[in-house]
Amino acid sequence: MKVQHVLAALPFVGILVGMFFANSVEPYVLGLPFAMFWVVMWVVVSAGLMAVVYRLDTRDRARAGGDRR
Amino acid sequence: MNVALLVIIAFLALAVGLALLARRGRDMDLEQWTAGGRGFGAIFVFLLMAGEIYSTFTFLGGAGLVYGSGGAAYYILGYGTLAYILSYWLLPAVWRYCTPRKLLSQADFFVAKYDSRSLGVIVSVVAVAAMIPYLALQLKGLGIIVSSTSSGTISATAAVWIGALVLSLYVVASGIHGSAWTAAIKDVLTLSVVVFIGLYLPIHYFGSIGAMFHQVQDAKPGFAALKGDQLSPVWFSSTVLLTALGFYMWPHTFGSALTARNEDVFRRNAIFMPLYQLLIAFVLLVGFVAVLRLPGLGESETDLALLGISQRAFPDWFVGLIGSAGMLCALVPGSMLLIASATIVARNVYRGLNPHASDATVTTLTKLLVPVVALGAVAFVFAGGQTIVTLLLLGYALVTQLFPALLWSLVRPGFVTRPGAIAGIVVGVGVVAAMTFSGATPGSSTTLDALVGGLPAWLADLNLGVVALGVNVVVTAAVSAGTRGSAPVDDRPVAADEPRFARTGEPARQRVRQA
Repeated sequence: MKVQHVLAALPFVGILVGMFFANSVEPYVLGLPFAMFWVVMWVVVSAGLMAVVYRLDTRDRARAGGDRR
Repeated sequence: MNVALLVIIAFLALAVGLALLARRGRDMDLEQWTAGGRGFGAIFVFLLMAGEIYSTFTFLGGAGLVYGSGGAAYYILGYGTLAYILSYWLLPAVWRYCTPRKLLSQADFFVAKYDSRSLGVIVSVVAVAAMIPYLALQLKGLGIIVSSTSSGTISATAAVWIGALVLSLYVVASGIHGSAWTAAIKDVLTLSVVVFIGLYLPIHYFGSIGAMFHQVQDAKPGFAALKGDQLSPVWFSSTVLLTALGFYMWPHTFGSALTARNEDVFRRNAIFMPLYQLLIAFVLLVGFVAVLRLPGLGESETDLALLGISQRAFPDWFVGLIGSAGMLCALVPGSMLLIASATIVARNVYRGLNPHASDATVTTLTKLLVPVVALGAVAFVFAGGQTIVTLLLLGYALVTQLFPALLWSLVRPGFVTRPGAIAGIVVGVGVVAAMTFSGATPGSSTTLDALVGGLPAWLADLNLGVVALGVNVVVTAAVSAGTRGSAPVDDRPVAADEPRFARTGEPARQRVRQA
């Protein structure tokens, strides 16, 4: 399993499993109830993780000799 | 006629005008009409995908779900994000398979993968069945917007009919190019309107977003988290999973994946699309404002929350802008859904049964089917008293049943056999059809509890669609194990100039001409 797959799996764990532990109104973070903040945070984190995955894939392809697009 | 309605009509005229402009000077054959000639770049594909994803559901349904069920609505923020992550690997794989074979639709994909016309017809029927409630939801939204902004002058019933008519004319006139241009305007308008009202309303009424949530907590303790009864974390996670897996199973989202110029477009989109999802958070904020400041909406009226609170807080012309954003949010995905369903019925059901039908016949039939499908959706709107969210979740429960056969055919070609794929899809859809859809709130109609009583809480709160999906996976695997070796799966590489369907018996002549 490549590190890219591990990175991409994190939001699934965070949202699908994490919600069982994050399901609470308090504490408020940035004015938001904690449950809402939790999901919003994972949305932002996901974008960042996918940017890293994209970088890693681009690097791997360059190393492979550029024979794949 | 009031100012709000005039603003909406002006935006409608603009959308239709752009559609006609986009069409001019193009010779519209079927591929041109449905897949935009496969020439769209990253920005256009982004707008197109965003355009169809951010529909009336997000706009009115999101605020409505907050109003009715509070924190359960956070699921809307979560599922798209997970779907985009999947899309990073899923869409390039689909694109690589479909493009050299010049496949136009999801059903074409199944026909080619499993070398089975009957599977193509089954997939098409499931897809159209799933799109009818989705389309009905857009019309319901249009109806709410037109009748609320006209202050009741135009009845909701008349508004739904007007919506269906406008949508049909728009689609027949424009095809996908019109959708792409309108999607651009829609996104700019929706983004500005939603961010503004999502910030303005809480600050205007409560001083800050934090202060608003404290008041919500005082008035309804625990409302801004997931409640223990029915819409629990079990419901949340199973619903997020179902809808994330089903996200690209819609024929129209699958279809827009075919419009890309190259597969890198999808990978870059997977980075930015989750951020677009944040737009929904602002809609949810508006829903919470309505909880405190617009109390008393009934269970079946929760979808009125966003427009209702806007009419209370803003002048008419601004309500018109909000209504226009909502109207475009129905028009863009609605046109996409109409194009996809009409194309599917003509190409994959009609031609599936009459393999020698000419391209001209199929193109004409596609256009004739547009108003027919719209009528089907109108009937669906009038048939049930469901909210926008329950309509969407019904569609998802159906369409996600296509996921196992599609994924397996890409990841492990040959593992699932033709009978396995057919059995899994038919049984999964059967389970969904068996569920009672009597309740008016997501709480009472999307959980396993609605079908089977007396279960322990963690089981009872499962989304019905996920249960059907589980049965589907087991049946698919079991039947495939029993029939392995009897059906070849087409996964060999194809040269760009090879006539598609050469192995499935469709006349290759017509395909070559388009290539």
